[in-house]
Amino acid sequence: MSVKEKVFDFIETESQHQEFEECLNNLQGVQGGQMPALQEAQRIYGYLPVEVLERISKKLDVPLEKLYSTATFYSQFTFVPKGKYTISVCMGTACYVKGAGDILDSYATSLKIKPGETTPDRKFTLESVRCIGACGLAPVITVNEEVYGRLTKKKGDKVLVTYLNQE
Amino acid sequence: MKNWSELKELRDSYRQNVAIRLEDGTESDFQYEKEILVCAGTGCISSKSGDVIQNLKDELEKHGLADKVRIVSTGCFGLCAQGPIAIVYPEGVFYHLVKPKDAKKIVEQHLIDGKPVEKLLYHDHKTKEVINKLLDTPFYHKQKRLALRNCGRIDPERIEEYIAFDGYQALAKVVNEYTPDDVLNDLKESGLKGRGGAGFPTFMKWSFAKESPSDQKYIICNADEGDPGAFMDRSVLEGDPHAVIEAMAIAGYTIGANQGYVYVRAEYPIAVKRLRIGIEQAKANGLLGKNILGSGFDFDLDLKLGAGAFVCGEETALLESIEGHRGEPRPRPPFPAVKGLFGKPTVVNNVETYANIPQIILKGPEWFTEMGTEKSKGTKVFALGGNIVNTGLVEVPMGTTLREIVEDIGGGIPDGKQFKAAQTGGPSGGCIPVEHYDVPIDYDNLTEIGSMMGSGGLIVMDEANCMVDIAKFFLEFTVEESCGKCVPCRIGTKRLLEILEKITMGKATMEDLDKMEELCLHIQENSLCGLGQTAPNPVLSTYHYFKEEYIAHVMERRCPAGVCKNLITYEIDEVACTGCTACARRCPVDAISGNVKEAHHIDQSLCIKCGQCLEACRFHAVNVG
Repeated sequence: MSVKEKVFDFIETESQHQEFEECLNNLQGVQGGQMPALQEAQRIYGYLPVEVLERISKKLDVPLEKLYSTATFYSQFTFVPKGKYTISVCMGTACYVKGAGDILDSYATSLKIKPGETTPDRKFTLESVRCIGACGLAPVITVNEEVYGRLTKKKGDKVLVTYLNQE
Repeated sequence: MKNWSELKELRDSYRQNVAIRLEDGTESDFQYEKEILVCAGTGCISSKSGDVIQNLKDELEKHGLADKVRIVSTGCFGLCAQGPIAIVYPEGVFYHLVKPKDAKKIVEQHLIDGKPVEKLLYHDHKTKEVINKLLDTPFYHKQKRLALRNCGRIDPERIEEYIAFDGYQALAKVVNEYTPDDVLNDLKESGLKGRGGAGFPTFMKWSFAKESPSDQKYIICNADEGDPGAFMDRSVLEGDPHAVIEAMAIAGYTIGANQGYVYVRAEYPIAVKRLRIGIEQAKANGLLGKNILGSGFDFDLDLKLGAGAFVCGEETALLESIEGHRGEPRPRPPFPAVKGLFGKPTVVNNVETYANIPQIILKGPEWFTEMGTEKSKGTKVFALGGNIVNTGLVEVPMGTTLREIVEDIGGGIPDGKQFKAAQTGGPSGGCIPVEHYDVPIDYDNLTEIGSMMGSGGLIVMDEANCMVDIAKFFLEFTVEESCGKCVPCRIGTKRLLEILEKITMGKATMEDLDKMEELCLHIQENSLCGLGQTAPNPVLSTYHYFKEEYIAHVMERRCPAGVCKNLITYEIDEVACTGCTACARRCPVDAISGNVKEAHHIDQSLCIKCGQCLEACRFHAVNVG
């Protein structure tokens, strides 16, 4: 996992808070409890906010750096939240030469984030990915599981608009 | 359930539940007129078997058949390439490639009119004849299903069905009649070896743990299956979770442990769900928990989820992970059987190993030793993948040859291509070339020819696969997954990958090949755990059997299989080209020019070697050189 500099404002709902507190209470005194605690935090919050890590540290009596060391080891954990929609722009050679770079730039400008980042409202995460093996459809993007191929900058913007209009 | 006789009574009454699926089932026992078993393993679910099941239920409802016909969701049947699969009992007619919209036909034509749905019946791909029953397909002929016995036979989410097929009888027998030494004796006689890859005798592991004095001991099931192309453990857990639960309780009784953990990948959501259900049902029925079946033996089981690190499949890294640390391996000795989880004696076995144990206890070690070779007893499950007709899950007696697995069970190589090699053991294993096609597969033979049994991934490669490229693929995987604790693995594999990259780019010298071999030996000898020690195997074995391919890359700057992009060019044969423009339209970089009905030409300075033109051409006019 990678550690990004940009820190998000930590927001949590009452139900998230309660659910996680309950988890922590159940894990108090359990040997090796920090792994399930991290996994639950990742599930409930979608990432590991430092505020939550501090809570785990206090409740389970594990030093913060220990938690950090564990969390950075496993690919399941992230320190930045993922958006509701992850837009992955294929930057394989075929897609690149067909203008994938322009599409990526256009998304970055529209969403005001760089590749690898998430919008502050946590709706979108933008990623550039290696060849996804759909060169015949180049250039290709995926939004979560959905694949969009044979795009142009204009068509790509249209795809974004449909998601911007969704919840 | 309080005791063994209650369990036996239950089994006999549950038998009616499943009588319709038995060859010798009595019709008066049938609870329903028909049953439709539909595969709900990960493979079939991805091809919408969930919708098939729902639509079948809806159709039954619509025709007022809901109380006459039961739909049963099962684990993997094995023939994943033909999924989703459904079987109608009592006649046992088997349907393949079932789509959600076919539910209507199955209900109206088959169930109501009594005529099997022709287009869903399976045709033998060689003889083209219709095969009605799943077990009559060539795919099943040479198989012997022990670990997979209940996969595709029972509903894994109903403990009643497991009990109906003698489930938990082995545990009952052990806690009532066996001393721990009796169990060890049976395992010793059976010759069962660990199915996770290394093949360590199971009874030895258990007896070390039994002999280690401690107030607390643990039983662990290693279900962190991570080799690319391997899905045996996932299928067992999805299709028959109780077999693993039962065996772990037996292990607990044998070594004196009261707590077990299943360490399972979080990426296997269906397996996790079925294990959870299984554990709950076992607890509710008094088959886990305090005083199991009135014997005074207590055993509890919990799940621990992995968090996405391949190295955690290594047993000491797995222990670190359960303890909540980074999954970095520990030096051995001390072995986990002496000092394992939280410093206590621990038995760590693989899913498939456990799945074999209840039957060995029930049917006796002699029954088990009848299958297999002199030194490797029983069966082995393989996940068949790569360039083969019947991709899927197979279980064969030890000693079956690779040719039988690939040609007879797997249906051979598609598109008339030639078998080149099979890769076993994933990133830790090696390749088996065609000259060893007839070697009986067991632990010793595979090691001798430079590969290993591994956990059971078996990837078939044909003439269009480049062996250097395959070695590079596995090295990329190891580099990515090396935990970084020891230098030979962390840095050594990275340098090894760089040499392989140089070779595939056509920039290597013969000296690099020597360096590569030397580096392999250093990594093997000096790495801390199995991941590093075995990482060079794919390189060494491909280099051993396909040296000429490596040399062609280096000396001639040529990739004989036409895979390594830097070493190939695509050219259009002017005579064969009809000028249909299909390639020019597909080319993503507009590198192909030419007028309609005239020979086309590829501009090499623009070509990115994506191979789209080769795929597009229907006249074999595109050559790879």
